[in-house]
Amino acid sequence: MSSLRTRLRVPSGAAPGETVTIRTIATHPMQSGLMPGPDGVTPPRNLVERFHCSFNGRTLIEIDLGPGVSVDPYLEFDAVVHESGEFVFTWVETDGSRHIETAAITVG
Amino acid sequence: MQLSRRKTLALGLGGAAVALGAAPAVATAAEATIERFTNGTPREPGGLALGVPEIAENGNAVPVEIVAPGAVAVLLVAPANPVPEVLTVRFPDPDGPNRLSTRIRMADTQTLVAVAEMADGRFVEATARVHVTVGGCGA
Repeated sequence: MSSLRTRLRVPSGAAPGETVTIRTIATHPMQSGLMPGPDGVTPPRNLVERFHCSFNGRTLIEIDLGPGVSVDPYLEFDAVVHESGEFVFTWVETDGSRHIETAAITVG
Repeated sequence: MQLSRRKTLALGLGGAAVALGAAPAVATAAEATIERFTNGTPREPGGLALGVPEIAENGNAVPVEIVAPGAVAVLLVAPANPVPEVLTVRFPDPDGPNRLSTRIRMADTQTLVAVAEMADGRFVEATARVHVTVGGCGA
């Protein structure tokens, strides 16, 4: 069971060929597995290990995240859109659980 | 931020290590990460932009922007972090905007290194020094 909550900011519309900015944030502790908590016990590694975004089935960006990425990983990137369609966002955690979100954009 | 005994000890040990000339060990871990990424291919300067603040008050969340036109993959390394490899981003379309903006942990003041693999197989590098006022731990 994933504890992940995510927020997206994707424009709902764009002109053909326009570059749009996509902002994503996932609420996640990004436990490195190296730092002891206040009780002195080191929680096991629990990261968003991977992020993937595609548009109409075409991969736009793929990121492997390490423990050096901040708590609540914020990822902002650009995409050029030529036609209407759907962005699919996937976050994969250390235990393999996946969180998938989609966002539609109308181009024209 | 409160310094725990462990952190204080770690700081002391880190200082001692630097004083004893063990600093290259830090650079070596980062260098090994980069070598794995490039397969030992020599890197050229330029060709990608690494945007950082000059001074970061909070090492737990330092904004970093990578802009790498023509790149297919970019590795970001923070050599002084316990785990130097911060992230690897892949752009399947080298002609795309190829930009990533995020926030990273930085254990200490250091020079970040971004290495990009270009579509033509070259590797280029950009570095950026960030002064960290309060280090982000456990990275």
